[in-house]
Amino acid sequence: MRYAFYLGCTAPVRTLNYELAARNTGRRLGIELVDINDFGCCGFPIKSVDHDAALLMSARNLALAEEQGLDICALCSSCTGTLAEANHRLQTQPEVAEQVNVALESAIGRRYEGTIKVRHFARVLFEEVGLDRLQEAVTVDLSQLRLAAHYGCHYLKPTDAHDQFDDPENPSSLDQLITALGASSVIYEGRDQCCGGGILGADEETALAMPRLKLERIAAVGADALVVVCPFCDIMYEFQQRRIEKIAQTRFNLPVLFYPQLLGLGMGLSADEVGLRLNRVKSRRLMEIARAADGR
Amino acid sequence: MEQGIDASMMDPTFVDDIAAEHGGEHIRRCFACGTCTASCPVREVTERYNPRRIIHMALLGLREQVLSSDFIWLCSTCYACYERCPQDVRITELMHAIKNLAVREGYVHPSFRIQIGLILDHGRLYDITAFENERRAEQGLPPIHEQPAEYRQILAATGLDLLVQSPETGEDR
Repeated sequence: MRYAFYLGCTAPVRTLNYELAARNTGRRLGIELVDINDFGCCGFPIKSVDHDAALLMSARNLALAEEQGLDICALCSSCTGTLAEANHRLQTQPEVAEQVNVALESAIGRRYEGTIKVRHFARVLFEEVGLDRLQEAVTVDLSQLRLAAHYGCHYLKPTDAHDQFDDPENPSSLDQLITALGASSVIYEGRDQCCGGGILGADEETALAMPRLKLERIAAVGADALVVVCPFCDIMYEFQQRRIEKIAQTRFNLPVLFYPQLLGLGMGLSADEVGLRLNRVKSRRLMEIARAADGR
Repeated sequence: MEQGIDASMMDPTFVDDIAAEHGGEHIRRCFACGTCTASCPVREVTERYNPRRIIHMALLGLREQVLSSDFIWLCSTCYACYERCPQDVRITELMHAIKNLAVREGYVHPSFRIQIGLILDHGRLYDITAFENERRAEQGLPPIHEQPAEYRQILAATGLDLLVQSPETGEDR
């Protein structure tokens, strides 16, 4: 398992905990993540402005991975969705691929031949490492943890771009990834709801009303943490949580964990190896689990 | 309730323009069932965004009202409507098509002008300074290298670089 590691823009600047945990769990599970210095923006923010330019940006990054002969493994769901969608279009519409290659060659001297795949880190864990191996890797008891899974959107949608990985109406991969570690995944209303990150720049008030609803619904059933697989979802639920609490005049105090952090805790990695001290909403319970692992 | 529709504002070529755009091809399939609006997490928190209404306005040819609106920028691109639409209108992509048209007719949401500027300067949405790489080094993570050159070329080839120029001076910001 060797992949071009696609960090995107947000994760390597704002959620180092996610990147750390992915690198450290990946290494122990035999996922080789190759850094490609030339990777940049996936094109997602440009789609709204000019889809042709966005497609060129995506194709550029696909071409960089192809030059190394590697499939892409991405941390950010929006990068995954954007690159997978572009890849799907370029692989299934030869006339579009030709136009893109003509434009790409004249602008930056690159071509993309359509030979690679794009997958999210969590999907690689689910499909390539597999639940059995994850289960075997667990050395720390997580059975007391009640966790709320948040799939987000671009991790699995649009489904045609992700070759129908998981069911958009009733997804289960993240729940299975959580329960494979021995923790439980709680059911709550609006599990499939979007974090609102896509409109944070356009309309903050509306954007923040979206994570507020989810935080309220999780509070109604109670959970030790929200589990996410996208840096932007984390920004909405964790970085913005204090502001949402001010608006809602309440306290949620809901820790937000990236799935690889949870996996790392289960595998007995230290708090630093999964970047737990970088999480903004502190959790005594999760720190105790990490400390217990450190003490062994 | 807003005023009624002014029939003199209706432009029958608007829907043709949308249908000619990538992602907008299936707009005429809409039979106004409202599955999109019922599924929309943005609509759940604000009445200002209503995908069925936007599609209907587009089908009526209300070009200026749609393209100059703030509401077209409120799609969070979650793809819930895209997955559920019984007519395969591909609404998320349709919204991208409408926004692309709006940009070409001079309506660009300011947040996107900022994002284009960042990509032009850094090849990414965040400026990578020594501070960011020091923080990464403290965690044992490798440095990030900004590579904006190819992004500049792509943005110049597609004319997007012009969107971040200052309208007063015609110079770069």
